[in-house]
Amino acid sequence: MLLEVENLQTEFKVKRGTVKAVNNVSFGVEKGEILAIVGESGSGKSVSSLSIMGLIRNPGKVTGGKIMFHDENLVGKSNKEMNKIRGDKISMIFQEPMTSLNPVYKIGDQIMESILTHTELSKTEAKETAIKMLDLVGIPSPEKRMDDYPHQMSGGMRQRVMIAMALSCNPEVLIADEPTTALDVTIQAQILELIDRLRNKIGMAVLLITHDLGVVAETADRVVVMYCGRIVEQADVKDIFTDPLHPYTKGLLESIPRMEEDRDRLYMIKGVVPDPTKLPKGCSFADRCENCMEKCKEHMPALVDVGGRKVRCFLYSDEEEVDV
Amino acid sequence: MDKREVLLEVQNLSKFFTVNTSFFGRPIDVLKAVDNVSFKIYKGEAFGLVGESGCGKSTIGKMLVNLYTPTSGKIIYDGVELTALKQKERRKYCKEIQLIFQDPYASLNPKMTIGDIIAEPILINKILPKNEVEKRVNYLLDCVGLANHQRNRYPHEFSGGQRQRVGIARALAVNPKLIVCDEPVSALDVSIQAQVLNLLDDLKDEFGLTYLFIAHGLNVVKHISDRVGVMYLGKLMEVADKNELYNHPLNPYTQALLSAIPSVDITHKKERIILKGDVPTPINPPDGCRFASRCFRANDKCTEHCPELKDIANGHFVACDFCGEINTERRIILENKQT
Ligand SMILES: Nc1ncnc2c1ncn2[C@@H]1O[C@H](COP(=O)(O)OP(=O)(O)OP(=O)(O)O)[C@@H](O)[C@H]1O
Ligand SMILES: Nc1ncnc2c1ncn2[C@@H]1O[C@H](COP(=O)(O)OP(=O)(O)O)[C@@H](O)[C@H]1O
Ligand code: SF4
Ligand code: SF4
Ligand SMILES: [Mg+2]
Ligand SMILES: [Mg+2]
Repeated sequence: MLLEVENLQTEFKVKRGTVKAVNNVSFGVEKGEILAIVGESGSGKSVSSLSIMGLIRNPGKVTGGKIMFHDENLVGKSNKEMNKIRGDKISMIFQEPMTSLNPVYKIGDQIMESILTHTELSKTEAKETAIKMLDLVGIPSPEKRMDDYPHQMSGGMRQRVMIAMALSCNPEVLIADEPTTALDVTIQAQILELIDRLRNKIGMAVLLITHDLGVVAETADRVVVMYCGRIVEQADVKDIFTDPLHPYTKGLLESIPRMEEDRDRLYMIKGVVPDPTKLPKGCSFADRCENCMEKCKEHMPALVDVGGRKVRCFLYSDEEEVDV
Repeated sequence: MDKREVLLEVQNLSKFFTVNTSFFGRPIDVLKAVDNVSFKIYKGEAFGLVGESGCGKSTIGKMLVNLYTPTSGKIIYDGVELTALKQKERRKYCKEIQLIFQDPYASLNPKMTIGDIIAEPILINKILPKNEVEKRVNYLLDCVGLANHQRNRYPHEFSGGQRQRVGIARALAVNPKLIVCDEPVSALDVSIQAQVLNLLDDLKDEFGLTYLFIAHGLNVVKHISDRVGVMYLGKLMEVADKNELYNHPLNPYTQALLSAIPSVDITHKKERIILKGDVPTPINPPDGCRFASRCFRANDKCTEHCPELKDIANGHFVACDFCGEINTERRIILENKQT
């Protein structure tokens, strides 16, 4: 694995208690692979990616686990050391492009700035690279667009600028947190096609965070499903969509309206996600689960291997999580 | 021929905004948010409106609920031309047409209990004597799946889905006939979306409602709607029964839009039409077809004049002058079906 997260634990101390935002999470991405992380809002997707980037700040803290990248553990590295890796070997695209581009600088200058901090290139070379990147992400007349300010561009173009910036140093890993959620479907199609093209062309590994299962089905190779800070299922994309195991994954897939067929009523997962500071003792999904058994309310199931994939549910194994 | 009763008809409706005025107060730049749009909504149906961000969907909704005054065109509700009425008369129809907002966080007054939020429009519109209001609020809470004892709580104590239920109860409080649902589930998690969509479906039957359902999620619109209209840059490009539209889109934009939706059905990979470029701005739009700059079928004539929305047969309306042969083919099929 190029990037491997092992037993990651990230907590936030808030007034009402401790939120275990990421709880004993492990996954890895290979070169040229797209791994999707899906789950309800608040399930820990963004906190996982911010932990990898070393961007967790007070009141949050990575309290356990390892993040292995090229046989080096990123957990515990100083901000200075992380700065060398961030935006260089591992790049991230944030959900809201407007907030992550600086509104007072020209976009060309912002891309060049990022190239200059991470490479040995000269100013002229950096400018050439920036223009090449803008062209690569499909911005028409890139030389002219270098002088635009963020507000002069549409949401789709800003997102492409973010991608251009994230890719300008040829990262080995791209973390894309809801890269298309704020975009229209026709623009989303362009961006996803671009990400797919780049992973083929430069062998980049992609961690794709999204709540859109359609996007996952069409782009990912493997899928991690999170619920209340834990991984509840992990499998190849084909297995997740044709044969989901965990009751939450099943319910999620059942509850989306399909384009291909008409359903009178949608399947509903009852209830809501529990309060993260007051998680139930047993399985976090227990009070919404149709298959809930006595045991589920008292004990937390372990994430176990079943035929080459992983699931956390007593329907498949009696094994309990050791360290709750 | 058509036995369905029309509840709402919109004729040549436009809304222009002046975004830049000269020193002498003359408009320099005109933003054509909605440009000459016509459609009908039948009693008891759900009419879906889809299209990309900024194409004018919410602006249409806001004109229907009297938040915006149309620049031109007519809104005819239940036989009454609302656009011809004086504001005072116009307001009488406001309770008949209610709006449910996209953002359940921003649309509820944080300082009021949810019971008061739901009671407010009943009191303002004097729908019921004061002593009956509480009973009605309890009934409405029940209808949207909230417990009576929750009426004394404040919006921040509720989740997104629950707040959307409060918004729905408030809209229902004044016994409306038509509800404009503007992206009612876009801000919600998938598992919560299904709960709210089913609720809207149930309430439609229970209260005999008609919906204008605005959304950019095409799968959601398909699920809830009977007929669907597709907008692009202030123009209506195509209108048809949902299955007709989704299975036989005729306008190139509709085709591209439908092909761009990522599908969870991984066993059928579909051909995708990747459009070039971005949606152009609606400020001073060109005269020709609004889609011409991105259309994969465009020819020189497309930039010369704007195609009109025409019924090719059986209520399938298309605005495009150059999908002629396909239109003819489809028309013959539709006409044969009719007889
Ligand atoms: N009050 C206003 N003043 C000026 N321009 C406006 C105003 N309201 C809307 N517009 C513009 O009108 C156009 C249509 O906006 P509208 O809100 O109807 O889009 P929409 O289709 O609902 O988009 P979305 O899917 O993003 O909600 C946009 O270009 C918008 O910027
Ligand atoms: N800065 C913060 N302070 C306190 N709690 C936080 C903070 N950031 C995230 N959390 C909590 O961590 C959990 C996971 O959040 P997040 O990873 O952002 O979810 P998502 O899966 O939607 O990206 C949530 O319960 C959230 O409220
Ligand atoms: S462990 Fe029990 S409650 Fe949890 S998902 Fe499995 S069956 Fe449902
Ligand atoms: S009129 Fe021309 S540009 Fe417009 S949709 Fe038809 S072919 Fe495309
Ligand atoms: Mg997030
Ligand atoms: Mg809108």
